[in-house]
Amino acid sequence: METMTAPLELQTVYQRPNALEDTYTNYCPGCTHGVAHRLLAEAIDELGLRDRTILVAPVGCAVFAYEYFDLDGCEAAHGRAPAMATGVKRALPDRIVVTYQGDGDLASIGAGEILHAAGRGEKISVVFVNNAIYGMTGGQMAPTSLPGQKTSSSPKGRDVAMTGNPMRMSELLAQMEGSAYVARRSLHDPANIRKAKKAILTALKVQEAGLGFSMVELLSSCPTNWKLTPSEALKWIETNMLPIYPLGDYKVADAVRDL
Amino acid sequence: MAHGMILIDQERCKGCSLCIEVCPQHVITINTSKLNAKSYHPAGLDDPGGKCTGCAICAVICPDACITVLREPPLRRGVGLSSPTVERML
Amino acid sequence: MARELLKGNVAIAEAALRAGVEAYFGYPITPQTELLEHLALRMPELGRVFLQAESEIAAINMVYGSACTGTRTMTSSSGPGISLMQEGMSYIAGSEVPAVIVDVMRGGPGLGNILPSQGDYFQVTRSAGHGDYHPIVLAPASVQEAIDFTMLAFDLAEKYRHLVIVAADGMIGQMMEPAELPPMRPLPTKRPDWALTGADERPKRVISSIYMSAEAAERFNLKVQARLKEIRRNEQRSTEYETDDARLLVVGYGSAGRIAHSAVVAAREKGLKVGLFRPQTLYPFPEASLSKIISRIQGCLVVEMNAGQMIEDVQLVAAGQVPVRFYGRMGGVVPVPEEVLAAIEQAYDSMSELSLAAPA
Repeated sequence: METMTAPLELQTVYQRPNALEDTYTNYCPGCTHGVAHRLLAEAIDELGLRDRTILVAPVGCAVFAYEYFDLDGCEAAHGRAPAMATGVKRALPDRIVVTYQGDGDLASIGAGEILHAAGRGEKISVVFVNNAIYGMTGGQMAPTSLPGQKTSSSPKGRDVAMTGNPMRMSELLAQMEGSAYVARRSLHDPANIRKAKKAILTALKVQEAGLGFSMVELLSSCPTNWKLTPSEALKWIETNMLPIYPLGDYKVADAVRDL
Repeated sequence: MAHGMILIDQERCKGCSLCIEVCPQHVITINTSKLNAKSYHPAGLDDPGGKCTGCAICAVICPDACITVLREPPLRRGVGLSSPTVERML
Repeated sequence: MARELLKGNVAIAEAALRAGVEAYFGYPITPQTELLEHLALRMPELGRVFLQAESEIAAINMVYGSACTGTRTMTSSSGPGISLMQEGMSYIAGSEVPAVIVDVMRGGPGLGNILPSQGDYFQVTRSAGHGDYHPIVLAPASVQEAIDFTMLAFDLAEKYRHLVIVAADGMIGQMMEPAELPPMRPLPTKRPDWALTGADERPKRVISSIYMSAEAAERFNLKVQARLKEIRRNEQRSTEYETDDARLLVVGYGSAGRIAHSAVVAAREKGLKVGLFRPQTLYPFPEASLSKIISRIQGCLVVEMNAGQMIEDVQLVAAGQVPVRFYGRMGGVVPVPEEVLAAIEQAYDSMSELSLAAPA
């Protein structure tokens, strides 16, 4: 492509968002963490929030998220991002505080912290990346793993009699009075990615308006640990995850509709 | 149909091929003759017929945010390529 | 300011308030709960942050988040809660953000009980979480010292960007005695240059405790060690009583030190040459002052409300120069001066036997 030159009459209609650092990420090829990052960055850019947003990164594949965003950021202990974000938000109530968490972080070790952050109506926004597996540690079973799903710690497939059924966090957190906006979207194709972006925009607007807790769950792929190609992994989301994790808005407080 | 083109950051691309799968004009290919610094074969626009419409679907699915999309402006013309990001991709 | 009758836990809370604590996150646990309750009332009155967390794990991570914004932040708890906070404490130390933690120690191990103890000495002085570091640990022996050390804790935390623990035992937390509170300090008007506030017209700031390469992690550790060395040089604190001509030195901190003081007074009345050394900082351990005294005495008796934890620090300083004996009660039993006096007399006798037996 080095030889190609852009005709001058062409206009840039899409480029990397400013809230993303101009840097290489450690994510595997085709991993939709990158898509989730880009959507969050685009939403922050579009709402003009970059200079007052503080990102709380999790433990998991997104452990270096603070390096990938051009935002003030900090790195929480595993599962504790909602508690850390609570500390940041309570200290600086006029800032936008975002946690970015995977399913091991949010649904397993940090289940207590996320539940209580929602319960308190903590005015933070959570981007919850659900890929039904522990990515960083090499593909172990998560509370979100599907029944029968083979992982390195459920080599014969998740046995629900032994380990329970997938935990549906959006449905659970939507029950909290403090939740103003809880939605599940998927990143498996461009149309759904666009819907996911809109949901993230809504979540940030909810926080800006001080309406309460907001979370967008994003069904995501993990090609490496699912042992699929990036393209097959997106199809796997559609075929296997969507029936267990239906997309939709699980909580939209009345005030959110007026935004 | 509007005319467009894309620029793929050859060093950031991890060759995941998702853009290739979603491109409605089938004008993106993996450049197997090239290896970037991270040892990936990057994707690139392969559009001798000028079929790219600048629809940006490739950029929407790109997990590495490494696609810049250009398109004929609908109203005014002559906006040049000024951002350093874009220049590096040329 | 006049002296007033104050309960230890309330005094610590009020002192923190006057030291300018801007945010408190905590979880109820006996015997520190009055501290949380006092701040639940007072912090909102002053427009400051008070939040009862869902657990000590959440509380310490809220402290971590708040401290990252350069906000003066604290929490308080007791043994079991402090155990739960270990992870967060380590992250705080690994991120170089200042924070103050009050541990009103109770009897353990396990659920133990709610009675006064000094069983957390190892936990608070040795590491307080994974990795190589020590928090600064202050040990008050009266309500007045609890007030003074709480004020000091914030100063030290911010000076060294380090974790400071006020290790009070349940007796200090629960007792009432006259003490004087300091005037209200003004709140900081400017945030430190490392604080997270949003990257508004400045490069972004990141606070984390990750150092992926071995070399970077070692560099960070060396920096922490250099800071701890500076803390050991500058911040050792202790008090002494009748040590000039003492042959036997009693060493105790907090309530045990205070009880030992009464026993030493009684021993002096009996004509025994006994002195008292009371560490006020448990980390850094006041080894410089103790070492000087040890060079001129014949024996040591360590008194603690545990199975013998600080005795290891005393033995390190004594380095075999003098015998170090121990008297302790556990499980929330508070020793009375008479039993400590008996231990002093026993130690004194055995010391005399030793010196008689020793060749001239």
